[in-house]
Amino acid sequence: MSATFILHQTILCMIPLMIVALAGAFSEHSGIINLGLDGEMIFGAFIGCIFCRFMVNGNVLGANTATNQWLYILGMLIGAASGCIFSLLLSFAAIKMKADQTIGGTALNMLAPALVSTFGLMFFNSERITSGGSFQLSTSTYTNAGLTGFVDAINNNSLLDFLFNGIYTSTYIIIILFIFLAIWLYKSKTGTHIRACGEHPQAAASVGINVEKMRYLGTSISGALAGLGGFIYIATQTGTEAENSVGGLGFLALAIMIFGNWNPLWIGLGSLLFGFLKSLAVVYNTIPLLKNLPLPMYFYNLLPYAIVLIVLIMTRKKSGCPKAEGIPYEVGQR
Amino acid sequence: MKKSNKQVKRLFSAPADGLTSLGSSLICVFIGLLVGFLIMIFASFSSSLADADPLKGLGYLFSGPFTALDKANDFGNMVFYTVPLIFTSLSVAVAYKTGLFNIGAPGQFLMGTMCALLVALSIDSTSNATQGVFIWILALVIAAIAGILWGLIPGALKAYFGINEVIVAIMTNWIAANIFTWVFSLDNLSFMVNKPGGKSAYLLTTSSTGNGTPNLGLKALTNNSYLDIGIFLAVVIAILCWLLMNKTTLGYSMRACGLNKFSARYAGINDKKNILIAMGLAGALAGLGGALYYLNPGIEIQYQSVYQILPDYGFTGIAGAFLANCNPIACIFAALFIRYINASGTNLVSVGYNRYFADIIVAVIIYLAGFSNFFKGLLIRFKHKDRDAKQASSLYEKILVKGLKTKGGNE
Repeated sequence: MSATFILHQTILCMIPLMIVALAGAFSEHSGIINLGLDGEMIFGAFIGCIFCRFMVNGNVLGANTATNQWLYILGMLIGAASGCIFSLLLSFAAIKMKADQTIGGTALNMLAPALVSTFGLMFFNSERITSGGSFQLSTSTYTNAGLTGFVDAINNNSLLDFLFNGIYTSTYIIIILFIFLAIWLYKSKTGTHIRACGEHPQAAASVGINVEKMRYLGTSISGALAGLGGFIYIATQTGTEAENSVGGLGFLALAIMIFGNWNPLWIGLGSLLFGFLKSLAVVYNTIPLLKNLPLPMYFYNLLPYAIVLIVLIMTRKKSGCPKAEGIPYEVGQR
Repeated sequence: MKKSNKQVKRLFSAPADGLTSLGSSLICVFIGLLVGFLIMIFASFSSSLADADPLKGLGYLFSGPFTALDKANDFGNMVFYTVPLIFTSLSVAVAYKTGLFNIGAPGQFLMGTMCALLVALSIDSTSNATQGVFIWILALVIAAIAGILWGLIPGALKAYFGINEVIVAIMTNWIAANIFTWVFSLDNLSFMVNKPGGKSAYLLTTSSTGNGTPNLGLKALTNNSYLDIGIFLAVVIAILCWLLMNKTTLGYSMRACGLNKFSARYAGINDKKNILIAMGLAGALAGLGGALYYLNPGIEIQYQSVYQILPDYGFTGIAGAFLANCNPIACIFAALFIRYINASGTNLVSVGYNRYFADIIVAVIIYLAGFSNFFKGLLIRFKHKDRDAKQASSLYEKILVKGLKTKGGNE
């Protein structure tokens, strides 16, 4: 059993999940159901990958290990920006046209893969785009370090080594961004305004808050985070190859958001739990106790989903769901 | 008196006017095709699509399955691919009318498929055609029951524990996908898997056991397409769903729950029961969709990759349902429309585009379907403007005549 391997796998699964789940929370707290997270992720990942590919091919950035981290960070920014722009389609439909938000999100989820495949085939002759960059910090991989236990890892200083060299830069960026945005949403003036628009937009409007603006802001932040999450997912999990699917991670993130009761703290913990359980499916083969059980991989694959359901049944509590989510804002309605 | 009644009636029916709905749908389709055309023009400037012809592409979009050389076959396949989509659209629509968002259609679809195939592949009726039909019906019933049970998981958790049905449905989707691959990987069931020599990791089709969906000559009629009697079943069930939702007390109380759970409860409606019924029905519909798709003797499934990605049909069903504004009968036409545009996708390749252009157009149309209220408003305003203009002109005439008269009087 190698603790660092489990940690590595947990982080790989957790990081994109938690940031996309926070994306969902931002939008829902402003009163817009963002069902289009999947589409925004695909779009962000794709544009980010195309950007990296041009940079690497043009020898601008990322061609060597000295600059690939800068390329990675730039790619994340591009991914976030494109996700944000793409989400404007949803916010326009939901806020200006007062459309059913579920339709808008569903349309985004259908549009993104279609656009991505179309333009991929058109310009690159392939539905998959390779970014060409390699964003791992050091060349030594921690895919299976062969260490015996967590204590050993600390004693050998390899945990520190792992923390500084073994994981992606994005891990730290995302964790810091997550904490910052979570506090911002609850403590800052604008964040409180956003949440007010999700709870009772008419009351918010009566104290001079521009509901439409706040909803645009919430959905745009949501789109940016989803695009960022999509790019990170592609960069860390699928071998830096963007295609027309992110494996339903957007919907999963939506589920984790509800699991976390719309609260960033619980969303973070929920994704940690989910990431850990997910990693079991990858590592159960290396754990003697689990290896001897006559259970196939599929059992460990479905375990995280089943455990989430059980936890939900046991910890059911008052829903933190924003009260006005999904309802178009009408001036003068009570 | 009579006239004023008529006027009042017209006033109240105006927003739900069928003609206005149709008009707004047509606007959506028109703009969708226009956007598709613009993208095709834009794409034709790209060097990699030098031989692309946007005008021909637009023509192909309009002609859908009637473009290729083998029109009958393309049309038959289009109708066949519509069947599971009608079922998943109905599944989402019925649940949505009851105030539930059934995102679990992919899981229910898979569970229906699994149970139908377990029945249909384990009994051999190649020598007995009548038995084959009975086993086919049995497989459908079992699939519906499996769908009901799978749909009841989110339903029961929603009704008795108050847990959001969306999260439970997403979780059960992935559980279903893993169970599917798990079950067919079992050693006891290895006889259902294509033996070496056939395609690896694929299940046998129902053609090997003779329990496939009967086609009553439809297959021969459409030049050997997949078309079978599933489409009739889909239409009948859609009509039954419409009758249930609109013409029965149960349907009325379900819709009341969808409109406002609390006032429905106040009016003495058992909302928990309705949640269970709606989710069970939704599950049965999605399960039947999966069963009817994979019970066709020509359709094969690669069971080993099922656990990695959920079937499209479930999510496209959401699009179909909303395109139909959650009206069960409109679901038939919405599903047919989506498949009609999809059918042109493969033909677009011959004019230099790829099949995803058709997907873009479908997505744009569904996006615009959300604007239906806006378009309806525009149409009604346009209509009224017309009436106002008529009134104004008649008023103008009156004034003119009056003026002339007074003028004449003055003279």
